[in-house]
Formats: sequence, C-alpha cells, structure tokens
Amino acid sequence: MSRTGVSGTATGGASNFVVKLRPARRRYSTYLLRRLGKAIITIFVIISLTFFLIRLMPGNPVQIYINQLVAQYGIPYEDAKNQAAALFSIDLDAPLYLQYFDFLGALIRGDLGESFLSKGTPVVSIIKKFLPWTLFSVGISLCISFMLGVFLGMMIAYRRESMMDHVLTGIASAFSSIPNYLIAILIVVFLGVQWGILPIHSMRGSLSPGMKPSFSLAFIKDVLFHAFLPILTYVLTTTGGWMLAMKGSTLSTMEEDYVTVAHARGLKTGRITTAYVGRNASLPLFTQLAVSIGFIVGGSALIESIFVYQGIGAVLANSIAQRDYPVMQGVFMIITMSVVVANLLADFLYSKLDPRIQLGGGE
Amino acid sequence: MKDLFGGIFQILKLLSRNRVGFLGFLMVVFFILFSYIGPYFIPLDTSADIGMIYHPPSLAHPLGTDHQGRDIFSQIVHGGRELLTVAFIAAAISTFIAITFGSLTAFAGGLFDSLIMSVTDLFLTIPRFPLLLVLAGFIKLNNPIFLSLLLGLLAWPTLLRAVRAQVLSLKQRDYVEAARALDLGTAHILFAEVLPNMMTYIIISFTLAVTYAIYDQVGLVLLGLVPLATNNWGVMINLAWVRGAIFFKDSLWYILSPVAMIALFQLSLVSLTRSLEEVFNPRLRGSH
Repeated sequence: MSRTGVSGTATGGASNFVVKLRPARRRYSTYLLRRLGKAIITIFVIISLTFFLIRLMPGNPVQIYINQLVAQYGIPYEDAKNQAAALFSIDLDAPLYLQYFDFLGALIRGDLGESFLSKGTPVVSIIKKFLPWTLFSVGISLCISFMLGVFLGMMIAYRRESMMDHVLTGIASAFSSIPNYLIAILIVVFLGVQWGILPIHSMRGSLSPGMKPSFSLAFIKDVLFHAFLPILTYVLTTTGGWMLAMKGSTLSTMEEDYVTVAHARGLKTGRITTAYVGRNASLPLFTQLAVSIGFIVGGSALIESIFVYQGIGAVLANSIAQRDYPVMQGVFMIITMSVVVANLLADFLYSKLDPRIQLGGGE
Repeated sequence: MKDLFGGIFQILKLLSRNRVGFLGFLMVVFFILFSYIGPYFIPLDTSADIGMIYHPPSLAHPLGTDHQGRDIFSQIVHGGRELLTVAFIAAAISTFIAITFGSLTAFAGGLFDSLIMSVTDLFLTIPRFPLLLVLAGFIKLNNPIFLSLLLGLLAWPTLLRAVRAQVLSLKQRDYVEAARALDLGTAHILFAEVLPNMMTYIIISFTLAVTYAIYDQVGLVLLGLVPLATNNWGVMINLAWVRGAIFFKDSLWYILSPVAMIALFQLSLVSLTRSLEEVFNPRLRGSH
C-alpha cells in the first residue's frame, strides 16, 4: 500500500534531503488520517456488532426479558415490552434498521440504556464509576513493566550467557507462559492465606470504605494499597515479555554499523549504551505496546474478579454471570473502544519517537 | 514405515539438543499420556467421606482430599482429558483457518488480500477475551464441541498474519518461481511446494494455539461461564474459588494441584515451541 515511501527515502541521498522533506510531511499527515479513519471504522463496527449481538443472537435477551416479566410478575405483554424497550433505549416495534438508528442516536446522546438488575441506574454512570480504576491500574502496570523490561532486557543482553542471563530469562519465560489469573490465584493462596503476608480481604475494592477522593497522601496511599495486587500481577506477567523482546532487540542493535563507528570514535561506553543502543533498541517495542494494552485490558475481567478490585473488568464478568445484557453490551463496547483508542495513541507515540515511521506509513 | 521411524528419531535427536525444550517435549508427552491413558488405570472416586475432609497427602491419597473428603489425585487424573481435547480441537480449527486464508491471501493479493487483511486487523483490535465472555453470555456452552468451535473461531487473526508473511516470503523463492514457470497451478504450488516448507512453522503455531485455547477455556470456566458438569482442572479451580476454598489454609493441596497441572502444561508447551524453533531454524542453533 504505502511501502514505496521507505524505498523512496532509502535511495534519496543527502543531496536532495530538502526536496524530500515536503512530500514526507504530507505523507505523514495522510498516515495519521488513515490511521484515524481505521480507528473510527473499527469503533463503528464494534458498535454495530454489539447492537446485532443483543438483537440477533440465539438467546435474544430482549425477548427473554419480556417473557420473564410476563411469566414471573404477570405483567401484560405490551407493558413488559415497553419496559424492555426503555431499558435498552430502543423502540422494539420499529423495523430492525430503524431500531439500529435509534440505538446509534441514543449512543451519540450518551445513552446506553439502563441496567436490568439495578433499575434506574444508567449503564453510562456504571461505566463512569468503574472504568477509571481499570485505566489507572492497567496504565500504571504498563509503565512499570515496560521500563523494567527495557532495563532488565538491556542488562542481560550485555551480560549474555552469564548466570544472571540464564536465571532472568528462565523466570521471564515461566511468568509469561503461565496464565496471569493462575498467578493471581497463587498470590492469594500464598501471600494472602498460607504465609499471611498481605491482608487480602482489606485490599478488596478500589477504595477503603469512607475514603473520599482528594489530593491527600492518605488518599493516594489508599488507592495504591487497593490497586497493589492487580498491578503486581500485571507487572509479574508482562515484564518477562518486554525483557525478552528488549534482549533480542538490543543484541541486534549492538551489531549495527553506527554502534561500531561510535566505538571507533572513542565515545564513552555509557553514552553508546544509552543513547545509541538503548534508544534505538527500545523503539521496535513501542509497536508491541498496542497489542499488550489489548491483552491486559482483556485479562482484567479475570484479575479484577479474583482480587475483587472494582474496575470495569469485574463489572463485565458480573454482568455476564447475571445476564445483565444492557450493562454487558455497554461495558464490552467501552472496553473495546478504549483498546482501539489506546492502540491509536501507541501508534502515534511510536511515529513521534521513530522518524522513519513517518515516511514508512502503516506497516 | 522405516522412513517414518527414521524421521521421528531424527527429530528427537534434534529436540534433545536443547535441554529446556526437550524437557518441555517430555512433559507434554507425559501430560497427554497422563490425561488420556491415566483414567483407564485410576478410577474416579466421587463418594464423599465426611471423616476425610482436607486430609494432607498420604499413601492412600497421594494429593490429599478435598472439601468433601474425596481423593484429589483421581480428580486430577480424570480432569485433563476434556480440557486438552477441547484445546486441541480449537487449536486445529484456528490453525486451519489461519493457514488456509493466510496462504490464499498471500497468493491472491489484490482486493481479496486487502479485504481479508482488514477483517483480520479488525479482529486483532477487538480484545479477544471480553468478546469471548460476551459470546459465552449468549450461547450455551454446555457442549465441548461448541466450546472448541467458539475458541477456534476467535483465535486465528495473529496466526493468519504470520502465515501470510511466511508465504509472501516463500513465494519469492526460486523453486516456487520455477514451479510457476512450469505452470503447475496454484493448488499444486501451495500444497506441494510451499506448505511442506512451512510444516515446522505450522507445528509451532499449532502448539501456541493450544496454549491460547487453554488460557481462554480455563478463564471461561474460572468465571463460571462454561457449565461443564465434569470435573476438569478448570472446574476444580472454579469450585475452590467460588466456594472460598482458596481462602482456607487446609485447602492448599486441592487448589494447588489443578493450578500446577495447568501452569506446568502451559510452561512445557511454550518451552517446546522454543526448542522447535531452534530445531527447524539452524541459524538459532548453538546460541544456547
């Protein structure tokens, strides 16, 4: 599609650099636009998918809900239907395509319907209440594991075949192959129950009872106290992947010509390690950032359920277990949309950090 | 027949070059034998015995007893077969989809290629596990075949991209060009020339697909979204968690046994793939 951009700059020497600059910048902005367009299309498809999931799936939840109201509470069919329509904020008498437009219209107004189970609670307010905790815990752990992985990966690349390399590589492969929720269970079983190091019961929830949000040290401490276990699990299970990727990337960067030249120029080893090797070796890792965001957010349903951390993942798991369909569809949509937006940000971040990508386009 | 044994011997010899990988291979073989043949030798004893609740390991009960005084070891022996079968079928389905469409789009190019790749990109962005959870909320997953179908149908995108990249590179090789010059037809080129060269890659992808399927499947079971009535390792963990056994000091053996089985199986599969990579990619040999 746009791979021609790369060869264009590879053959273009320093002499026509100035001439090349202009088209390059234009290509960069079309890259951004194309990337943005792709994200919007993805979000649109996800919205449509969730709509058709509730309307066309074998166990049509709207119909089930109506039947339930009629059978259990003896409510007349028409009334039950109206009630269901209000909860999903769709007009059930309209043809399917009109219902779809109703759904889109409601969505633009920020209306995702109301919860089945706690009537009168809009799905949007549930999302507003729980999503920040997931974004917070996942965001913090991504930063920690990325930095830790880059640091450790570089370290073992420089001490290849040493004892530390073998030990760290072994631990990294073990922690990244074992499912993260099993690690979470092991944390509860050992740190919480068997050895009694952590008070897992009071660490539940996202805040201690009675704690009011404020910019005080006590509040920040409380937030970190409750988020500690999910963060620990995400960091334990994802750092290994970053470390191994960084090790490989560093090893291949160390063989690049410009590193050899830097050595020949007699530059200080510390400068070569950080500015020449480290910087360039960590760049390719940013492309993996997008994938790992999706993976961590996806896994949050399990991790948050195990630690009883009140994030959006736990809400999703609960709403599915109790078949609260409006909450289910709203939360699924928001989780997926936040992954799409995070992917977009990771891509932009990468293109800002690596000038070559501006010319190369999407690949 | 002689060729076959010779081939197997050759592969075993190559596998044993990497110690960790060979250990992984032996463990995978062990887990398969344990789960498929073990049940014929060790009967499942599900009679509750109130006097035997949460007993530590003994000769009669090598892994102790659970909250109803039942033997844990026999539950572990019987708890792998269904889990592994579902994972193998799911992995076979996703590998099949990935290979077929991955190689076809690489060969066809053009509109077909960009269409398939857009769909793949879309599926890659949707976080797989939440989608799986939501679907499990709609579809009754009380049938193992159904479950493996669903797992397999959601797991192909990463694999497809990788297969496409492989085929795109193999397409450029001389012998494929030669085959095309001889006008041997796309099907022949694909099945007789390209795919055999990807066999190793396919085996590795299949192994990784098994690990994804186990991750997803146990995750679903853990959240109680798969109503499988049998005892498998996932169900054991779910029961221990739902009934609060993990918060109970004496239940260590009951919770740890299935967790260890799943964790070790995943670990062996991943180390096996590392070793396979080395066996089939001579450039990596000697780096360990």
